Amino acid sequence: MKTRKDANIQKHIPKPRRNPRWGKEEETNIFAERVKLFRTGKLSEDDFRRFRLQHGAYGSRLQMDYSMVRIKVPGGEILPVQLEKLASLSEAFSIGSAHVSTRQNIQLHWVQLEDVSEVMRGLVEVGLTSREACGNTIRNVMCSPLAGVCPDEQFDSTPYSKAIARFFLRNPMCQNLPRKFKINFACCEKHGLVRIADIGLVPMTKDGSQGFRIYLGGGLGAASFIGYLLEEFTSEEKLLPTCMAVVRLFDRNGNRENMARNRMRYLVNEMGWEKFQKMVLKERSIVMMTTAQSTESMFNLSAEEEDQYLPKENRYGTKLRMFSERNSSNTNAYDRWVHSNVIAQKQAGYYTVFVTLGAGDVTANQLRVLAGTIRELSMEGAARNTPQQNFAIRFVNGNDLPEFFNRLASVGLSNPGALTITSAVGCSGTTSCNLAITNSHRLAKEIQYKFLELGLDTDDMLFDSTIKISGCPNSCGQHEIATIGFFGGASRIGSVMAPTYTMLFGGSSGERGELGRVVMRVPAKRVIDTVLNIIEIYRKERGEGETLRQWIDQVLRGEAIGSIRDVEDIKRALAAVVQLPPVDQQPESYQDYGSDVRFTAKTAKGECAA
Amino acid sequence: MKLKRSLSMDSQKKETLSGRGSGLESEYHSTPDTVCDVNTLSVLIRKKNVRVVDVRKEEEYAKEHIPGAVSLPLARILEKESPTHCIELLQDIGVNEDLPVVTYDDTFGALAARVAWTFQYIGHQHSSILEVTFSQWKNMGFRTEKKSNSYKWQPHPLKINQSIYADLAYVEKVSSNKVLVDSRERLNFLSEHIPEAVNLPYTMLRADGRVLSKGDDIRRFLQNRGIHENSELVTYCGSVGTLSGLVYYGLKLAGLKNVRLYARSFKEWKALGKPKTEFKDANYWDLSAE
Ligand code: HEM
Ligand code: SF4
Repeated sequence: MKTRKDANIQKHIPKPRRNPRWGKEEETNIFAERVKLFRTGKLSEDDFRRFRLQHGAYGSRLQMDYSMVRIKVPGGEILPVQLEKLASLSEAFSIGSAHVSTRQNIQLHWVQLEDVSEVMRGLVEVGLTSREACGNTIRNVMCSPLAGVCPDEQFDSTPYSKAIARFFLRNPMCQNLPRKFKINFACCEKHGLVRIADIGLVPMTKDGSQGFRIYLGGGLGAASFIGYLLEEFTSEEKLLPTCMAVVRLFDRNGNRENMARNRMRYLVNEMGWEKFQKMVLKERSIVMMTTAQSTESMFNLSAEEEDQYLPKENRYGTKLRMFSERNSSNTNAYDRWVHSNVIAQKQAGYYTVFVTLGAGDVTANQLRVLAGTIRELSMEGAARNTPQQNFAIRFVNGNDLPEFFNRLASVGLSNPGALTITSAVGCSGTTSCNLAITNSHRLAKEIQYKFLELGLDTDDMLFDSTIKISGCPNSCGQHEIATIGFFGGASRIGSVMAPTYTMLFGGSSGERGELGRVVMRVPAKRVIDTVLNIIEIYRKERGEGETLRQWIDQVLRGEAIGSIRDVEDIKRALAAVVQLPPVDQQPESYQDYGSDVRFTAKTAKGECAA
Repeated sequence: MKLKRSLSMDSQKKETLSGRGSGLESEYHSTPDTVCDVNTLSVLIRKKNVRVVDVRKEEEYAKEHIPGAVSLPLARILEKESPTHCIELLQDIGVNEDLPVVTYDDTFGALAARVAWTFQYIGHQHSSILEVTFSQWKNMGFRTEKKSNSYKWQPHPLKINQSIYADLAYVEKVSSNKVLVDSRERLNFLSEHIPEAVNLPYTMLRADGRVLSKGDDIRRFLQNRGIHENSELVTYCGSVGTLSGLVYYGLKLAGLKNVRLYARSFKEWKALGKPKTEFKDANYWDLSAE
């Protein structure tokens, strides 16, 4: 077996990583001091809350003594040494597991407020930060996990996403926006959450020069909107001025009174797109005329390369491993995993491996093994966290895949289905969120477990469908961009309250992304059966070569060809499965997942906007 | 409310104990009644001026152990919880009042801590835990041996040290200065704990590659929680005082003077039906990826 020496490939392999230094040591100490001031009554609750959110710490469900620390992973790229640090921090200060979110953050739950500064201290050591991960700021800047390896992309948008993130982090112009603000980069028109962000960007080249298609004013929430295209092409030079202009407009005109309607999408819709568009273009020319060079120089596409090396980072450079002689004990499991977790990159001979997690949860030990595997088997020596709450490890040599699989298997990470319908997304729900009505998190895991057991990951016709679940209408689980989405609520059934979900059909992401449409309510304990029922019906009804997702789109349009033609038909077909027997016959059907007591919808003040 | 560095006396002793002091971690050195670093132990072993106690299972000891170590599994200490039984065990491994004892295990220091604490409780002043586990000792390239060791019986007086011990009555006694420290992991603590206890999980006090963090770090954790030097801390865990034994040593390392171990811990508390604080409003267990 020869080692591959393809100049073309070598070119794509980044240099050894340096400390990106997103974090700042002094913020750690300031945070610790503020906690003491707050605890001794010298700092008001409101002031402290604002400060805390600015630094990435949410309150936990009905227990404000504990925080959820949201760690930003700008552009979604995370290094082995950072994963190892997260492992240690999760053991020391959290619950021994970390959690991959739907916006490329990694979260540590149930951290005692007094320890948040210690978590921050650890983050600084490896160059990470939780600063501006919550609060009315520019949240983590996302980038498609396939950026740089996607066969359909025009160029790699990763450096742009990081430069934008770095430009706005701690920037005085966005420390106190009317509301949170989200920026998402795609790799191509298919992959990326560009239409559900305040600013969504798709890289494209025009006449040989690089630039973006920029969408504005999208976003999910209790009321969701799809973003509008600003102009056909925004050149690279105008990237920063455009973003600055939008942020400035929002800062100036956004609604600061009504918390429920103050995302930028409301501004856009109240004003009307044409008017907003004109204002952005005008503001942009002002920005371009008035922005000092010193400001522009803060936008630096290669900022990270000037930084120092990370401690302990131990990469094996471009050394290729030989074919692994070790036989995987179960070849079938391996094939199944390759089929649904591995995709070919545009760089011939290299693959991106998706690591299946359960609703984003990963233990400290798994993180450590993952870090070691990345060091040795990924030629770029980094991972990306994905909005599907998984990890993507890129630049894996095809010959190393069996070894990769074996290592994952050694810590229970070798589940198949990462890129299929089985990998359900679930927000944190009642496991930690103040606003949660249902245990969306556990439901996502239950679905994954059941669907893998049934082997649904092996059915290629279900491949392009997704399931996403939120524990309330707020959309943190992005249920509106799922093929089949669910958001949690409570319904009276007979004389008792039961946890239920509102089911939506037909959401999608990418540049042509659409929001799902509400179909019907489903009791929590009937969700799995309902989805299985839908799949069964689909299998009977589908047209030649039609995938589940395509069929659902047909149903939504009322154009399906079988006996089920439209949404009303499918509601009728599902009427039986969503029925619950009386509570005295089946009390557990009226309880939520993870609970053996009678269901009550308990919530407290959310901090999404504070 | 700054915690004073209270280890000055100990650091003097360190000089004489560790000899050349070629420490791996210069900030982190042995103190005779808390934690013993690997270099100090090597020197002590060479000078034959220490009793090294292997508290793992006998089979594990038989395979391989630190040179000169004797086997005394934790189970033997616990089989009869009487001080006279324990003092006999100490005498049988040839420990007199002056000989330093260093315990080790392969269970992140928790078993070693429980044994070392017991020796202190029955009146042995110089008993500490090794800063690493047996596996780490080996990985660092230190020597091991296979031959089984025994030592001549030595006299050792029994002097119960009540100041490091807490029983149920002590835990229940109301005192404004007393802080109950629950040493279990976060999810266990959230599920149920003794009312008013604070959570200082043992996982928080350990470091990469060592069984305990540096005293300075632990001191800062305590400061963050508003716990000060004069507080009286009582540690407990889920069963027999192992995890809380480790936390006991962590607190000593941080320089706290008044620390006690509630050896019968939450197990006794629950068995007696004492009141508990429970948190049932969140399904936090479902976040665990275990
Ligand atoms: C009214 C309050 C809230 C609203 C409107 C809201 C809305 C959203 C939306 C729309 C997202 C989605 C993803 C996206 O934009 O692509 C999101 C993400 C998220 N939210 Fe919320 N949220 C609220 C409160 C909370 C609270 C209280 C928590 C829990 C402490 C929470 C936890 C999360 C998490 C874990 C994510 C995952 C994505 C990330 O990393 O940012 N949210 N939120
Ligand atoms: S969707 Fe609702 S339940 Fe889920 S994290 Fe967001 S606010 Fe909480």
